[in-house]
Amino acid sequence: MPLIDLANPTRFLTLASRALPWLTIATLAAFAVGIGLIASAPDDYQQGATVKIMFIHVPAAWLAMGCWSVMSIAALGTLVWRHPLADVAGKAAAPLGAAFTAMCLITGMLWGRPMWGTYWVWDGRLTSVLVLFLMYLGVLALWRTVEDPARAGRAAAVLTLVGAINLPIIKFSVDWWATLHQPASVLRLGGPAIHASLLTPLLVMALAFLLLFLTLHLAAMRNEIMRRRIRAMLVREAESAAQ
Amino acid sequence: MTRKQRRLILIGSALAVLVLAVGLVLSALKDSIVFFNSPTDVVEKQIAPGARIRLGGLVQQGSIVRGDNLQVRFAVTDGQHTITVAYQGLLPDLFREGQGVVTEGMLEPGGTFRADSVLAKHDENYMPREVAERLKQQGHWRDEESKKAKGSTR
Repeated sequence: MPLIDLANPTRFLTLASRALPWLTIATLAAFAVGIGLIASAPDDYQQGATVKIMFIHVPAAWLAMGCWSVMSIAALGTLVWRHPLADVAGKAAAPLGAAFTAMCLITGMLWGRPMWGTYWVWDGRLTSVLVLFLMYLGVLALWRTVEDPARAGRAAAVLTLVGAINLPIIKFSVDWWATLHQPASVLRLGGPAIHASLLTPLLVMALAFLLLFLTLHLAAMRNEIMRRRIRAMLVREAESAAQ
Repeated sequence: MTRKQRRLILIGSALAVLVLAVGLVLSALKDSIVFFNSPTDVVEKQIAPGARIRLGGLVQQGSIVRGDNLQVRFAVTDGQHTITVAYQGLLPDLFREGQGVVTEGMLEPGGTFRADSVLAKHDENYMPREVAERLKQQGHWRDEESKKAKGSTR
């Protein structure tokens, strides 16, 4: 379906309400399978059972960066193509991204303490992910500061594109600078460095997190469209009352 | 159509300038963004005794000497240079010979590194214990790593 058909919010709402139940079921099923696989996954040869934090930490980290990527594409949609749903998509993704980033940071700290011996260090990877979290908070604050959605959307889109520069920095921080955080295990040249028995639950959990994002994002976009309709109705009512 | 293209070009060039600026800043700050120095860095940069730095590398095989009161001495190596580290305190669970560590402290005039914190750094490989043992038996343990160590100085 061409993107232009989705420009009609009414058609989008129909599609969203049809897709949401299926997405919800798929999300729950993926999490059920994922958690089952985690329970039976073997311990790591040096980290023991602590390695299981990875099954939350890594998908959360991927989604943290994925949400900003979605927001960046939406920002281009807002600024360049003036797609009417682009800023709705961007706004709906921001709190989700902030939550995934917080989850990534918290699980990372809980993992760092037993393995590295510290909750936090200011190395390239940890610092750049913290910057990502702060950028999410900045976008959320910007949306709340400017009242008119069109103007807020444009300002947030500019901030989003500026923040997109941080994404390659996060990804390659572990290669560019000596960091305490280890290099990439899955998305790297030469294939994953994780044994299949640990990689399979990780990928299933990543799929579950992705489905969770799609479900929540679609629902949040639907809610935002409704909210704007109510706002427009109230404005119209106030105008007719004033006349 | 032309207006869309104009907007795209404008945003693209603004981002390109910004990327260039960030890139220049990051490369200028490279030395302070790096979380730790390898023994080779310490030798090459001629870091003065008494300056606080972080020293990272692998704990050399057979170098751990434990003393009284949680005192421990070990050698940190990157394959080219080796620096002896003296430390007193609790070590992380992952600490052992051949393991990556990042220590913080300062060089003493004698060339020993006196650390007041030791963090463990693990690599990107994850596998069950049985697989690790099988690899060790077959003699393929850390093939990739030894290849990497030969190829690069880090």
